[in-house]
Amino acid sequence: MEWEVVIGLETHTQLKTNTKIFSGASIKYGAEPNTQACEVSIALPGVLPVLNKEAVHCAIKFGLAINAHIAPRSVFARKNYFYPDLPKGYQISQFELPVVGKGAVTIQVPAVGKNAAYEKVVNITRAHLEEDAGKSVHGAVDDMSGIDLNRAGTPLLEIVTEPDMRSAAEAVAYAKKLHELVQWIGICDGNMQEGSFRCDVNVSVRQKGTEKLGTRREIKNLNSFKFMQQAIEYETRWQIETLEDGGTIQQATVLFNPDTGETRSMRSKEEANDYRYFPDPDLLPLVISEADKAAVKATMPELPEAMKARFEAHYALSAYDASALTTSRELAGYFVATADAGADAKQSANWIMGALAAKLNAADIGISESPINAQQLAQLLKRISDNTISNNAAKQVFEALWNAEGDVDGIIATKGLKQESDSGAIEAIIDEVLAANPAMVEEFKAGKEKAFNALVGQAMKASKGKANPAQVNELLKKKLS
Amino acid sequence: MINSSLKQLGDLLQTKKISSVELTQTFLNRIQQYNPSINAYIALDEARTIAQAKAADERIASGNAMPLTGVPFAQKDIFCAKGWQTTCGSKMLANFIAPYDAHVITQFDTAGAVNLGKTNMDEFAMGSSNETSYFGGVKNPWSFDRVPGGSSGGSAAAVAARLCAAATGTDTGGSIRQPASLCGFTGLKPTYGVVSRFGMIAFASSLDQAGPMAKSAEDCALMMNVMAGFDERDSTSLNREKEDYTRDLNKPLQGLKVGLPKEYFSEGLDTNVGKVIEAAIAEYKKLGAEIVDISLPNTGLSIPVYYVLAPAEASSNLSRYDGVRYGHRAAEYTDLMDMYNKSRAEGFGAEVKRRILIGTYVLSAGYYDAYYLKAQQIRRLIAQDFVEAFKQCDVIMGPAAPSTAFKAGEKVDDPVAMYLQDIYTISTNLAGLPGMSVPAGFAQSDDGVSLPVGLQIIGNYFDEARMLNVAHKYQQVTDWHERMPELVLPKEAK
Repeated sequence: MEWEVVIGLETHTQLKTNTKIFSGASIKYGAEPNTQACEVSIALPGVLPVLNKEAVHCAIKFGLAINAHIAPRSVFARKNYFYPDLPKGYQISQFELPVVGKGAVTIQVPAVGKNAAYEKVVNITRAHLEEDAGKSVHGAVDDMSGIDLNRAGTPLLEIVTEPDMRSAAEAVAYAKKLHELVQWIGICDGNMQEGSFRCDVNVSVRQKGTEKLGTRREIKNLNSFKFMQQAIEYETRWQIETLEDGGTIQQATVLFNPDTGETRSMRSKEEANDYRYFPDPDLLPLVISEADKAAVKATMPELPEAMKARFEAHYALSAYDASALTTSRELAGYFVATADAGADAKQSANWIMGALAAKLNAADIGISESPINAQQLAQLLKRISDNTISNNAAKQVFEALWNAEGDVDGIIATKGLKQESDSGAIEAIIDEVLAANPAMVEEFKAGKEKAFNALVGQAMKASKGKANPAQVNELLKKKLS
Repeated sequence: MINSSLKQLGDLLQTKKISSVELTQTFLNRIQQYNPSINAYIALDEARTIAQAKAADERIASGNAMPLTGVPFAQKDIFCAKGWQTTCGSKMLANFIAPYDAHVITQFDTAGAVNLGKTNMDEFAMGSSNETSYFGGVKNPWSFDRVPGGSSGGSAAAVAARLCAAATGTDTGGSIRQPASLCGFTGLKPTYGVVSRFGMIAFASSLDQAGPMAKSAEDCALMMNVMAGFDERDSTSLNREKEDYTRDLNKPLQGLKVGLPKEYFSEGLDTNVGKVIEAAIAEYKKLGAEIVDISLPNTGLSIPVYYVLAPAEASSNLSRYDGVRYGHRAAEYTDLMDMYNKSRAEGFGAEVKRRILIGTYVLSAGYYDAYYLKAQQIRRLIAQDFVEAFKQCDVIMGPAAPSTAFKAGEKVDDPVAMYLQDIYTISTNLAGLPGMSVPAGFAQSDDGVSLPVGLQIIGNYFDEARMLNVAHKYQQVTDWHERMPELVLPKEAK
């Protein structure tokens, strides 16, 4: 029997506003407990919510970015439940009428093992605005739980997909794509450690070929892609084994334990709350006009999909390169700056995603903090293409640039890396090499191709690596023919 | 002095014939004398009050006075006032000192008014007799064994007994107008959204509206000039141009079309009350009004609809009182759930609990459509009744309450009888319309006591100035609004 896993995601993205969604309190992360808890955050008697327009702009941006229907009229609703970190006893969210309706995100699922990489469209069901809760703090006060309401009222956009994903790899590819997108359009800082981007994953399994969805379990609050992959894989195995052993799956909310790599049930459906949703009478329906949308659209950057297509057309990049370079605006911007400074586009792409990415990863810094700027990299690549230095020498220059040892031409000069391109001088070297290695010449003439490479190597060595390898090849071929 | 209008008091203060401190002290003395028996005030803070009066006197001296600068008002204890105990009539908030000012309080402060204290009220404004207050019932100054009405019972008694120059109230289903009727003074519930709800402790957010409770329509108009206006802190506050509510007070009523809804004069209305209302209508005819018979066919549905919607909103609004951050917390508990249960069981009274239960029920999965949604649909029909009615008339008149003040304890065990007190007022809250109660005379109770009766005037949206004009012209030719209860007459007047 062949099983199929069905996955849908609900992602809470914390919006990059200055203040809370329904009050003027700051949402800066890491402040002393309750120093960012105003009257509204504490839910004092008599306070009222006032919608932060900046949060609405973020929602519109997202809707435009995924080509979604943006509701001309959406409604804030109260989700009622008691919890100490929920000061009002209800969360203001959107229920029946969300601000963003159906849309879609195209994802690149990377190659795994024998399976080639492929593209897939994940459908978005809806995205709605809501407020975050505060935090319970355990252990700070003896024998008591503390409540920190700094986070209470932080604006969130909850993005819900259709159950469109069929593997952990697809789910992770979607989550990564969404993570890139919300940062690209500037609505979320993407900081997963600080909880700015949190994923709940709904997982169910069914027999391949059947239509009906299996009973799902929801894995809550995954805050890294690695954990998401592990959690889905474990959960999928667990559900299949349970069913194969004759058991049934109960709808439940589960937590992933990174230490054991297992998921564990937190509460079953029976224990679930009846949230008693109803329209919040303190807030008017949210009305978004065509003009509002146009105004927000005018502030938006070129979207990654459009930029990818442009890179393919304008810079003649492969789809793979174009896609990789458009994972963040900073990266794409760096590429454009490099190519537009006169460097070869393909070379730029290779160096940025190769040597530079490796260095940045090792140093655990982003491209905006790169010690080598786009102009420097472009200068370096130009020195390769105008034959001033060899590829090998270029690697040394790159290292020196990284260590801030000077500019490209200065480093080439001080390190003596300029390559020899004077054909007379190269000819003289080749003549010496041929004279010194008659055996190799014989071997070549006897048909051994390898001997040719050995002779090239000798010539390069004799030039202390400075001879232009292409010229060496060319002249050597001429001499031996 | 205690019978003077706000305009007269303002003039006396600005011409320095009296000081705000003197005037304030006069009311404080009366409060000291009568409050122990009437129980109109929950919180008094003489030092704070006198300090405000002194500041008002300085302001008057510096020539920066506004019309109500130095006039002492009573504030319903539903408004958060910085530094004041703010209880909303509940044990739940008995220990709560508000750290911020409600918009209404800020408006009075800005006007230079003096705050005499916080007035008693039904717990979380849920009640029509002030008997649900954790701080005890309030006596009707016209007859101490009777209730003042509710929920703004403390403000009502304070105005009627001249324990303040005027007071604020809030009206969710009749809480300004019914007590105004039962205590014989003028009260106005404005159009929903005219007065900001910021800092006003929520009962049912889509119905709550603050308004003036005063001796006359002119007083109400002057208070509206202070209270009304856009406030960006309340999303339901209406962004309209500031208006002068006194502007039309003296307009003649010739040709005024007064609609009388037949549903307001049918079964359930006390015969003696009905006679007083008829006499008032006759007076309006003399003033040039034309009478039009109209119908508000869905009036009978207003109470059931209200008792679905208001509790639904209340059940959610009152969830914040959980003992976690402020307010009452049980002394002992075993875990979180136990703390919630005990704190709320101890902190809320029976009527509040009843409404939380009803509200929770009607919002529950499986019942929402049948109750909450259905009630919202009928609410629109009720509003539509008024749209049709106002095609035929300028204002609607009828009784504000079905009876005169009833005896304390008479209805406490019969919630439905109590809820029927608001039969004539609730529809306007559901429709968001303005309504007022104007003293129209006295009716004999069964035991032979003469008690005040209020005429209700309902206007179209934003027609407050017109309604105040309609009331004022009537008050020019009658003196019901100037009558003062014998029980609290100053000694020299007796």
